[in-house]
Amino acid sequence: MEQLIQQIASGIANGAIYACLALALVMIFVSTDHINFAQGEMAMFSAFLCWQLLDWGLNFWIALPIVVVVSFLIGLSIERVILRPLHGAPVLSVVVVFIGLLAIFHSLAGAIWTHTIKAFPSPFPQVAFAGSGYIGPHQLGMIAVTVGLLGALFAFFRFTPLGLAMRAAAQNPASARLAGVSVDWMLALGWGLAAAIGAVAGTMVAPAVYLEPNMMASILLYGFAGALVGGISSPGGAVAGGFIVGVLENLVAYFGNLLEKITGFYLIGNGEKLTVALIIVITVLTLKPSGLFGHVTVKRV
Amino acid sequence: MALLEVEGLKAYYGQTQALHGVSFALEPGGITTLLGANGAGKTTTLRSLCGMVRTEGSVRFDGRPISGRATEAIVRLGVGHVPEGRGTFTNLTVDENLRVAAYTRRDKAAAQRDLDMVFEYFPILKARISQQAGTLSGGEQQMLAISRALMLGPRLMLLDEPSFGLAPLIVQEIFRIMRRINAEAKVSMLLVEQNAALALELADHAYVLETGRVVMSGKASVVKSDEAIRKSYLGY
Ligand SMILES: Nc1ncnc2c1ncn2[C@@H]1O[C@H](COP(=O)(O)OP(=O)(O)OP(=O)(O)O)[C@@H](O)[C@H]1O
Ligand SMILES: [Mg+2]
Repeated sequence: MEQLIQQIASGIANGAIYACLALALVMIFVSTDHINFAQGEMAMFSAFLCWQLLDWGLNFWIALPIVVVVSFLIGLSIERVILRPLHGAPVLSVVVVFIGLLAIFHSLAGAIWTHTIKAFPSPFPQVAFAGSGYIGPHQLGMIAVTVGLLGALFAFFRFTPLGLAMRAAAQNPASARLAGVSVDWMLALGWGLAAAIGAVAGTMVAPAVYLEPNMMASILLYGFAGALVGGISSPGGAVAGGFIVGVLENLVAYFGNLLEKITGFYLIGNGEKLTVALIIVITVLTLKPSGLFGHVTVKRV
Repeated sequence: MALLEVEGLKAYYGQTQALHGVSFALEPGGITTLLGANGAGKTTTLRSLCGMVRTEGSVRFDGRPISGRATEAIVRLGVGHVPEGRGTFTNLTVDENLRVAAYTRRDKAAAQRDLDMVFEYFPILKARISQQAGTLSGGEQQMLAISRALMLGPRLMLLDEPSFGLAPLIVQEIFRIMRRINAEAKVSMLLVEQNAALALELADHAYVLETGRVVMSGKASVVKSDEAIRKSYLGY
């Protein structure tokens, strides 16, 4: 029983990271219909930036806001400089650009910081607390930070005029322009926010997976899975989907191990987590193409 | 001075030219209607004024050249465009639909006054304030579209077939309020309509478009009562 709770708790912690990446993907998707394959590598790059600042002796909680702001600006510039000229271009050209970005961030990180694995210290105090039998301090901190971030973003989109303008621009660009909204800037802002969210996810997950240029590859896949399960057109759904995928993958491994222990028969375990996650995604999409929480738009014609 | 001066306006969708040198002027304070059959270029004219299609020629609003500017910049100068098909943000609430239009306004007190004014003109919107706008009836969505344009604090309103697809009673109600908005809020209007009889009731000046050209213009009262003009240009 204790082990089950542990697995669920760490699933929630991983899920929080997947949720962040899922949200970053959805933010760009809702306004452009594109999936940014480079999202994971951008997050990895941000984590390296943070590591560099720590290496130079900065305190983590000072380094993090700097990295978030820098990542925001990088994301914003990518949209303004690289993607702006591609407005209206065929999907394939955009896909090529995303793959190019992925390769650039990957090799840039390798060139600057080498491919050797680096330890990334946890910013959270390693102390015992109520419930520390079930969850480690870093995992708990990770949940707190990411859930805080998601809450802040929710409040931003729900309650601020700028958040409202961004939602309007994503939903109906022509009408948003007629309401005086600079849709082009809202797009760039979306890219900046997505990069900033990725930066938080990257720095939070780095202590758990160690720092190296490939660190985000499978995490992005889980994030993508989460976004699809929850509904790629629904930010709230994507976040929920991220948590679902995180908990589910651990449960799969847990019950796989349990099955082996009882029957001696090995069906699934840690190695098959990703496979199972993808099977779940495909199943959900077959049964409900818009995702679990993806809304079918209410429309009168 | 004319509020809006359009000269030699040409518009293009890719390679196809939809307007072939349209010229007209709007006096401040009035209601002008732009009539014409399907495909005459009425919607294209309104879109051109707001920089939504590629154009050549000159458009001056309040003496200022606005052709070539971004749509949102033109809108912020005080041109409220009620688009064909109403342009509702279907997933946003009625309240959010209205607030997004006031987003760029500096004077928040004036925006609040305009919100109160909108609810006075269209009390039904106040009753529906937290409802998802996509669930409103067609007439309510048209009222919302007009209200969104009003929330910009415009001096000129471009209305693209506000009567489209609505029951006659609702159309009468909306046109009655448009007249009030024109008189009380001092908003000049350029009204595109297929229903010429209806538009000529409201407007004081009329232009008729045919395949991207102005083929007739005159006082609404004259056009309305001249059977020859009506027969040859408006088909009724
Ligand atoms: N998006 C577009 N792409 C290509 N051609 C277009 C487009 N929109 C309009 N046109 C063409 O431009 C011409 C004028 O169209 P427009 O929509 O301005 O007519 P309209 O007078 O508003 O007609 P309606 O009364 O049917 O709304 C038509 O020949 C039309 O086919
Ligand atoms: Mg039209």
